[in-house]
Amino acid sequence: MAETIEIIEETVETVEEKQPREVADLSRAVEALIFVADEPISTRALADVLEEERDLIDSVVEELAESYEERRGGLQIRQIAGGWQISTRTEVHEDVRRLLKSRPSAKLSLAALETLAVIAYKQPVTVPEILEIRGVQSASAIKTLLEKRLIVTKGHKETVGRPMQYGTSKEFLIHFGLKDLSDLPSIEDFEDLVSPLT
Amino acid sequence: MHAEQEQYSFDFHKETAEIVAESRDELNLKLGEFAGPLDLLLYLIRQEQANIFDIPIARITDEYLNYIRIMKRLDIAVAADFLVIAAQLIEIKSRMLLPRDPLAAEDEEIEDPRKELVDRLLEYEKFKAAAEMLYERSTIEHAVFPRGVIDSDEHNAEVNATVFDILTVFQKILARHKDEVKMEIHREEISLADMIRNLKTRIFAAGELNIAEFFESLETKRELVTAFVAVLEIVRTESVKLLQRKTFADIILKAENSG
Repeated sequence: MAETIEIIEETVETVEEKQPREVADLSRAVEALIFVADEPISTRALADVLEEERDLIDSVVEELAESYEERRGGLQIRQIAGGWQISTRTEVHEDVRRLLKSRPSAKLSLAALETLAVIAYKQPVTVPEILEIRGVQSASAIKTLLEKRLIVTKGHKETVGRPMQYGTSKEFLIHFGLKDLSDLPSIEDFEDLVSPLT
Repeated sequence: MHAEQEQYSFDFHKETAEIVAESRDELNLKLGEFAGPLDLLLYLIRQEQANIFDIPIARITDEYLNYIRIMKRLDIAVAADFLVIAAQLIEIKSRMLLPRDPLAAEDEEIEDPRKELVDRLLEYEKFKAAAEMLYERSTIEHAVFPRGVIDSDEHNAEVNATVFDILTVFQKILARHKDEVKMEIHREEISLADMIRNLKTRIFAAGELNIAEFFESLETKRELVTAFVAVLEIVRTESVKLLQRKTFADIILKAENSG
């Protein structure tokens, strides 16, 4: 029923002869693949391309990421949105931005952030359910979030009026630097923060 | 790091509206945006340094209404959602003024009229904090850059399509299709006068006419609307009655002189 499109990782057919590869050789290949992939690449996709066991690739990637950490260079390999990504480190962002002449992209409004928070924690969630929590209509915030691809529709809820349900997207994970949804702090953790008993 | 933050378009904490000065009934507002009525309510409670579990409802209600009045005076469209909470506050306030029912059993627990609102505020506050967490995370993420676009990225375009994109495309196709239809089909438009004449002929020829059947014989929405108006007009001006022989039966237009 969920109208999501499974992103199919393309498996590239390699015509190499099957020979056990050295770990150093694999590490090189993994690094190159993570660099070339335009989205975070999963260990499954890496294993498929390299025709190796996932467990082996897992340990290779982790070691690689660690070696980046140890080097303390300008780059990092990190786990995000269910895959691995190579990116610059936060420490150098001012210099990078000067080169790219980029300004930080437009931030989401307070209303959009709140709506997104409700969707992230309550998904799949309908518009009336969001209204109940926020106490305010969220139609324009939902439109913005859809346009920015931070949320996706998750089919209709089988209840009166069959309202559309929303959930977060892979873009959401990338945008907020999350490995997966379980990487979000638990909503109950915010309870202690907000209402000090007086 | 601090200089960098100045560059950001907004600061989560500074963006909330703030009542800057108060002199008698005149309030000056530093305009910002409350994310909603619950946000405003939390702000007022905090402003009063009140305990959320023991909200001074009369005072908070007054301030809340005052704020809405100011919004109106400043010609800010007051969203209906703000009024819903205002109504709820007033209701709670009045319920709290009511004396305890003397006939109620002694040991009967009376629920605090504020409880429902407090629960809602507490729930909302969690998500407000979660929104702040997201804001902080995105600020950090904005300082991280993946590699630049390379040639092969273009060839993987399909990976980026979401249902939302497909819907957008589908809507465009539908819109285009609609236009085409509009150009191809010409319908004869029937005027109200023609429709009344037509209807009258049919009623007086047969003595009566089943409305449902008559409506079903029509094709366009426009014809249906015209027919509906025509029926009302005929009943008003001619000696024609609307009849229903039993509950839920079809409605019939009947010429009066035909018995």
